[in-house]
Amino acid sequence: MRKTSKRGSYKADTCPPSSYAERPATMADIDSVKTKIAAQIKAASDLQTLDEVRVAALGKKGEVSLMMRELGKMSVEEKKVMGPALNGLKNDLNALVEQKKTELENRALDAALASETMDMSLPITRRKGTLHPVPQVMEEMAVIFSDMGFSVAEGPDIEDDFHNFTALNFPPGHPARDIHDTFFMSPVGDEEKKVLRTHTSPVQIRTMISQKPPIRIIAPGRTYRSDSDQTHTPMFHQVEGLVIDKGIHMGHLKGVLMDFVSAFFETDVDVQFRPHHFPFTEPSAEMDVRYQRDGAAIKIGQGESWMEILGCGMVHPNVLRACDLDPEEYQGFAFGMGVDRLAMLKYGMPDLRDMFAADTRWLGHYGFDPLLQANLATGLS
Amino acid sequence: MKFTLSWLKRHLETEATIDEVVEAMTLAGLEVEDVENPAEKLSEFSIGKVLTAEKHPDADKLKVCTVETRDGTKTIVCGAPNARADMTVAYAPLGAYIPGLDFSLDKKPRKIRGIESSGMMCSGKELEVDEDADGILDLPQTLEMGTPLADALNMNDPVIDFEVTPNRPDWLGVNSIARDLAAVGLGKLITPPTNLTPPKFETDQKIRVEDTEGCPAFVGRHIRGVKNGPSPKWLQDQLKAIGLRPISALVDITNYITYDRARPLHFYDVSKLTGSIIVRRGEGEKFEALDDRTYTATEDDVVIADESGILGLGGIVGGESSSCDENTTDILIESAYFDPLTIRRSAKRLGVNSDAKYRFERGVDTGGLIEGCELATQLVLEICGGEASDIVIGGEIPADPDPIKFDPMQVNKLTSLSLSDEEMNTILTKLGFTVKHGPIWKVTVPSFRRDCTEDADLVEEIARIHGYHNLEAVSLPPLPGRREPTATLTQNRTRLARRALALRGLSESVTWSFALDEHAALFGGDNPALRVDNPISNDLNTMRPSALIHLLLAGQRNADKGYPGAALFELGPVFDGQAPNDQSLSLAGMRRVESVRDWSGMEDISALTAKADTLEALDAMGVSADNLMLMEAIGDYWHPGRSGSLRMGPKKVLANFGELHPRVLKAMGIEGRVVAFEIWPEALPAPRKKNASKSKGALTLSDFMPVTRDFAFIVPDATAANDVLRAAQGADKKLISNVTLFDIYQGKGVEEGHKSLAIEVTLAPTDATLTDKEIDAVSDKIIEGVMKVGGRLRG
Repeated sequence: MRKTSKRGSYKADTCPPSSYAERPATMADIDSVKTKIAAQIKAASDLQTLDEVRVAALGKKGEVSLMMRELGKMSVEEKKVMGPALNGLKNDLNALVEQKKTELENRALDAALASETMDMSLPITRRKGTLHPVPQVMEEMAVIFSDMGFSVAEGPDIEDDFHNFTALNFPPGHPARDIHDTFFMSPVGDEEKKVLRTHTSPVQIRTMISQKPPIRIIAPGRTYRSDSDQTHTPMFHQVEGLVIDKGIHMGHLKGVLMDFVSAFFETDVDVQFRPHHFPFTEPSAEMDVRYQRDGAAIKIGQGESWMEILGCGMVHPNVLRACDLDPEEYQGFAFGMGVDRLAMLKYGMPDLRDMFAADTRWLGHYGFDPLLQANLATGLS
Repeated sequence: MKFTLSWLKRHLETEATIDEVVEAMTLAGLEVEDVENPAEKLSEFSIGKVLTAEKHPDADKLKVCTVETRDGTKTIVCGAPNARADMTVAYAPLGAYIPGLDFSLDKKPRKIRGIESSGMMCSGKELEVDEDADGILDLPQTLEMGTPLADALNMNDPVIDFEVTPNRPDWLGVNSIARDLAAVGLGKLITPPTNLTPPKFETDQKIRVEDTEGCPAFVGRHIRGVKNGPSPKWLQDQLKAIGLRPISALVDITNYITYDRARPLHFYDVSKLTGSIIVRRGEGEKFEALDDRTYTATEDDVVIADESGILGLGGIVGGESSSCDENTTDILIESAYFDPLTIRRSAKRLGVNSDAKYRFERGVDTGGLIEGCELATQLVLEICGGEASDIVIGGEIPADPDPIKFDPMQVNKLTSLSLSDEEMNTILTKLGFTVKHGPIWKVTVPSFRRDCTEDADLVEEIARIHGYHNLEAVSLPPLPGRREPTATLTQNRTRLARRALALRGLSESVTWSFALDEHAALFGGDNPALRVDNPISNDLNTMRPSALIHLLLAGQRNADKGYPGAALFELGPVFDGQAPNDQSLSLAGMRRVESVRDWSGMEDISALTAKADTLEALDAMGVSADNLMLMEAIGDYWHPGRSGSLRMGPKKVLANFGELHPRVLKAMGIEGRVVAFEIWPEALPAPRKKNASKSKGALTLSDFMPVTRDFAFIVPDATAANDVLRAAQGADKKLISNVTLFDIYQGKGVEEGHKSLAIEVTLAPTDATLTDKEIDAVSDKIIEGVMKVGGRLRG
């Protein structure tokens, strides 16, 4: 404002102010001035012109200002009439200028915006990857068992015979070892051949040896057996669980696993416990869930058929003894399940081998959104 | 193990249906794998009577028969040479599926050489009931027209296949299956008692057991005057029903007892023996076995020999030289006990499998040696005639298992089941145990149940027979004390890092822990100790030193399928040796460098993309790269000029990142360029131990405006920008809150081999607004600091 009102910055108007200075203004003069200047304001096509009009009328030497200066020469009676009239003129013109200014500014902005366009249909590259179903399902399991007080324990994939077999009550040379289709490592020196763990049970042994009861752990991890077809891969994943304390019995085992399976499948699941044999548990059982086949899909929790999903049992006294725990004092249960298989059952992948092929289309279809975190408050998946 | 319902009923008196039997087996722990009723595939067939059979007017080898069937009288054109009037035949109606031919008859009558034929008369082979294809089945006249064929052939007998767990070798005999089913209340155990045949003569056949470790006992009996030939129909039918081929009466008897009692036997032709039977270790001799193979027996193998040489591998496979044939008149029955471990090792080494071996390696009933011999005697005398000698025993029959001192309270303690003493006693007794009561019971274990050695075993028996469905589910009691987090630091960190990487566009994969040795070598691996002795395949023969191997291969596979821009990561183990400490957790990822054609021109993948991945992952794990040293990458699989590592001190590497070495990629058959990273989450420093409080401490916000100053430094090309940034930052750690690199310039005004780095330094005063003098002083220090790393202010 200041800059534009500098002296000499305006050009002379068509009506020189001197014409009014010669005699006191009349009401008629005010009306005509108002009409004239209002027309000039209205005609201003840009902010600079508008300001020139404003200065010519209302500036220090402007027409209206000069008219007001004449007030001093008037009688009291005249002042009473002309004073408010001139003030009114000034206010009216100021308001018109402001209104015109806003109008011109808006017009200028509209004009500028009209040239500032962007194609909002342009594609934006968003690349979000996915999380693999196996770790996802392991997390789901960890969340459910965490709620029951189970911690997560881990151990090495390359194991010795003691932790993988002997401590788990597999007698040396027993046919039970055959079932495991064990991978052996190359021998090192005279040492007994190491194995690739055939289950995550060695983690139970390591935990029982290093930790005093009460013990409540799950042991997720990679496991290995020399087997390969649509439902077997040489590497797969297990989650095993172990509870050791005083007074733990098979009813607890049943309770924990029934709670687990319904929580995991996120639906009510009917289960059946059947006797089975594992060297490391006694009594031993397998748990079946009710299911129905619907074309290629499998519906857990409905139907008339039973499908085995895990093995379990009370920890064998020999296993406790191998870990220096007194079976008279402590007892407990253990269970183990195939993560990959449960993932397939829950999320409907047809072939186990695809899990480990890292086909980007498969990962995109069966993978999980990275923003999801399995938890019991918002649901597992 | 396979058996038929009718076979079971020889031992179990029951009205149970096949479904009830299967259900009872399942709930008693006998896991049924398959039930097959041969009657099902014969359901369309029935008995027909041929009324007339005339030669086909237009074909020499065809006959036109009228056949009375349950569908009425049919004209059937038949090519069988044995078709004749008054024959009783197997009739297949129109549309029937013929299993042996694997096709279905037309649904409408078909003209054969001008004569309409309505159905078919089938041969044994066409129905898969026997191998005979020469003519149609010629069935007994007594069969009534319309009788379902399965009934007529006595084939309405379901075959059950179930899994025998290694602890229950006795289930390899039908009698033991029946015992368990009787115990769960499915019926009454009716295994007929075995006749004890009084000896008619004293044999002069001597049996000498030299290897009492491998063969503790050999029970033998000589039967003379036998006549070998085909076995009776009932025996043949039983064997055929479970898939065994009848051979001769003597062979069939041994097979029958193997399946009926889990008691393998062997019969020798006495006329082919020379002197005494000797049980000893092999001495490197060869022999022809009954399975048409030749074996060399070593000192690891128990052999049955006579004075002329080796007769067979004890408990595994018999020899050709002493086998029974149609001319055999004198036999020696072998009912022996072989050490399971010895059998197992021998069979494994020699690669033999047999029903006998399968049972001996699991352990046969030591109490059944004499009984097995008597049962064999009884059947031989019944079927082949002859007279039996006395029983001779070489070695010593192993003692019965030790009784168990059983605390019946254990049942409740371990299972929470509350059963009366009587209920528990009944279960044990039905399973063959005998119980002497007291506060602690003395339970005698039958010789076929050596799997039972202590309380827990008997608890399982009682709980199993009582039924696990009776267990009441109970929730675990809460653990005492405050709930701690159940995940470890590394688990929590990697959970977040995986998500950070996925949000950056990488997809998580899970790939094999094994790799090809040549690939492992490229990644600094191929440690001989990490070779798998018995790999699943030659390309997965060693434990991987890096998770990148399979990610790279997978990336190429995707590219080969037409999806070239794979960006993958994996969290998993890598290996440096066999010890537990040689295994570490790796978070590795890779992006194939594909020029992404996008209008925005963004997203060019370079080694720095991998750096960004690394920093994001580290940040998600709570580790700021500001405190790490940037050094060269470890491992010669990285591009020497476009890679780096982040370390805590010079030796502790937390991560490598950059572009992979083109030579390594080429060696793996990977096309194009790939950037990658490897992070070792377990190596990351633990967050500083906070006090018990999780409070973050008070925050002081300065009221004084920060000021910025720009500098441009000329440095040699090789100087790392980071060195300049750090030097500037280090000029006044308290005052300088941020240093930003905003331009890198090379060209006019900057001499060859140099670059200009333009940085903006933010000074954030905390005590008072900075004076020009203070700002100049800091500027001087910055210039001085950068000069130390080889930079000079650009003029």
